[in-house]
Amino acid sequence: MNRLLKNREILLTVIIAAMIAGFSSRAQGFASPGNLANIFNDTSILIILALGQMTVILTKSIDLSVAANLAFTGMAVAMTNAAYPDLPLALLIVTAVGIGAFLGAINGYLVWALRIPPIVVTLGTLTIYRGMAFVLSGGGWVNAHQMAPSFLNVPRMPVLGLPILSWIAILIVLGAWFVLTRLPFGRAAYASGGNPTAAIYAGIDIGWTKFIAFVVSGALAGLSGYLWVSRYAVAYVDIAAGFELDTVAACVIGGISIAGGIGSVGGAVLGALFLGVIKNALPVIGISPFAQMAISGIVIVLAVAFNARAERKAGRIILRDRGAKEVSA
Amino acid sequence: MPILEMRGISQIFPGVKALDGVSIKLYPGQVTALIGENGAGKSTLVKILTGIYRPNEGEILIDGQPTTFTSAQAAIDAGVTAIHQETVLFDELSVAENIFLGHAPRTRFGTIDWRKINSGAKALMLQLESDIDPTIRLRNLSIAQRHLVAIARALSVEARIVIMDEPTAALSRKEIDDLFRIVENLKRQGKAILFISHKFDEVYEIAENFVVFRDGRAVGQGRLKETPQDEIVRLMVGRDVKDVFPKVEVAIGAPVFRVENYCHPTEFRDISFELRRGEILGIYGLIGAGRSELCQSLFGVTRPSSGRLVLEGKPLDIRSSGDAIRAGIVYVPEERGRHGLALPMPIFQNMSLPSLGKTSRSGFLKAANELALARKYAERLELRAAALSVPVGTLSGGNQQKVVIGKWLATQPKVIILDEPTKGIDIGSKAAVHAFIGELAAEGLSIIMVSSELPEILGMSDRVMVMREGLSAGVFEREALSAEMLVRAATGNQ
Repeated sequence: MNRLLKNREILLTVIIAAMIAGFSSRAQGFASPGNLANIFNDTSILIILALGQMTVILTKSIDLSVAANLAFTGMAVAMTNAAYPDLPLALLIVTAVGIGAFLGAINGYLVWALRIPPIVVTLGTLTIYRGMAFVLSGGGWVNAHQMAPSFLNVPRMPVLGLPILSWIAILIVLGAWFVLTRLPFGRAAYASGGNPTAAIYAGIDIGWTKFIAFVVSGALAGLSGYLWVSRYAVAYVDIAAGFELDTVAACVIGGISIAGGIGSVGGAVLGALFLGVIKNALPVIGISPFAQMAISGIVIVLAVAFNARAERKAGRIILRDRGAKEVSA
Repeated sequence: MPILEMRGISQIFPGVKALDGVSIKLYPGQVTALIGENGAGKSTLVKILTGIYRPNEGEILIDGQPTTFTSAQAAIDAGVTAIHQETVLFDELSVAENIFLGHAPRTRFGTIDWRKINSGAKALMLQLESDIDPTIRLRNLSIAQRHLVAIARALSVEARIVIMDEPTAALSRKEIDDLFRIVENLKRQGKAILFISHKFDEVYEIAENFVVFRDGRAVGQGRLKETPQDEIVRLMVGRDVKDVFPKVEVAIGAPVFRVENYCHPTEFRDISFELRRGEILGIYGLIGAGRSELCQSLFGVTRPSSGRLVLEGKPLDIRSSGDAIRAGIVYVPEERGRHGLALPMPIFQNMSLPSLGKTSRSGFLKAANELALARKYAERLELRAAALSVPVGTLSGGNQQKVVIGKWLATQPKVIILDEPTKGIDIGSKAAVHAFIGELAAEGLSIIMVSSELPEILGMSDRVMVMREGLSAGVFEREALSAEMLVRAATGNQ
């Protein structure tokens, strides 16, 4: 039992299941497959962004510009779609990913070449990208009636019972798992955050690793830009304002260490789902949106405290092991 | 009568007796020089005197009264102050703030009395014959000026016992002369001074008394006037070490690695040496002589300003540690925690990190290959771990060291650079590491071993290069090695 509690993924799964069970006792049908699929679909964008954020955090950095990147890219593809409704959707999606990756590359370049702390860089670009979205749109909105039907409908199309949006999230989860555990880049990301000096000594270019992490995060933010605009059928400057903090929160709850080098894809996904369940459940049981924010905040603080405690515990276990060895020797 | 007396002081750390029954006396108006190799226990003594460590045994008497320093503040209150090797000051505060930090004079409302701070600082600086403006920020000062500020800070607490821990390390000759005038000044004021230095000429110039430390013991003390330098060198080294390290005789092969006129913009200059197959080249020197810097540069972590590297007849262009690893040169760093291991990552991933090019297949990581590699070297090094997938952070220090060594052996290097390979591990493990280094040499690896421990250098090396202040102070063949020679070369006492 104790071992199970130490595994963050299992612990989170249990908590999420318990929450769902608890909520469904108050609200009929909360645990129905249809509603759970809805919650997952609703959380898809957060999951995608959290995975980008996680990649960056692993390298001991942070990307605060993801939501602004999303807003700019979303605005750009929505306006393109409104102006040229005949452009194929695939091209628009590639454009969104490309713009996002480019904005991410700017972050990465500043961090890599100019050695500016990531929090400062992305705090700056957060404002810049949002400002760019305003300049691009002149403060105007792109509404549903201006968007092409395919632009709006494709992510909603059900395939095997789940909307395409959910499938995209699932593909990204698998992709992130593959990249982080099966490609040298993933190992480099863990090593760069786990011990930057040791990584350099092992021949890893940590500047390049961070750069790639920011590009990945930017590309996923760009993709999310399209998905967001399509899902909510509207683009304006302030979409997803503050959402970067949700992505960080999902990572922290999922056990990704802000100090870098620790965390799993499963953790980030569960962290995002945890927030998604709370967000969907609280209105159902009649709690105001303001209380929701407070509750999310409390959960984040608890998660951080829990992380810190887990790391301290690890220290004690070493001593105990050593003590045991000495006794048995 | 001494101001301060330490009687039978012992300090025990897990696995190490850092100080063993040390007794010293400090007299008013006199300078006592504390001399010893790196690791002889000098810093531990300073930390006891400044209240940072509490000794396990022994007593400290001030004016004949037994005292215990329960905190750093207690030591300051008792009149002991230390000026550290690397001055511990605050760049962004003014000179005056640095001097009075923690004991600033207050106005009657309890706020800081700026007028008094600035005038007090000015007075102290004048006493030190310096006209540094007390309101200037510290970061605008030179290293020598910072030293003055550190000394002023020491004087501001009305210290009677001043400890100077290698105060001349970063100073030019002229600045040293200035410093010595200040020391004379302090002597006239009746302060007792403990002066820690490696440099014999300075010690003879400024000190009256000496204490020599070796392996945590005070092995000799007396008046410098009556003691020749040779006697002090003998006390410092004081043992016949070749018996303790039975060196494995290895047939030394053809030259493998050559370093020619290797220079770094700031750390070292004109280093040349040659390394042969199966040879162990020891690099000895005092801390700050540029040994680690040289090795890090050979490994591509920093770039040299000029010079040439030749490996097996081919000139090398090493721009990063990755280049060095591919060429077959690896570096096992001194601080395994900081440089060596990513503690949250599993053992096998740490071991395979520099070898990923070999274990991966067409750009994909292959965990099976990584595990096989890790298993091979874990067995060879007798690594004790529950599983190779547990985080390295859960291992003991000795086992972590094995992971570091295994990780570098796995790259199958031609040249391996070991920086202080036995620092901070217990005596039993040391012997095992030494035996292992011998085995590596027997397998035909060429080894560069940086060490501050004379016995290790004397016992293990086929040749020794001594470095002093960034320069090579001589290369000595094994047949002609003696501890006295190395210490002379390292301290510049020819």
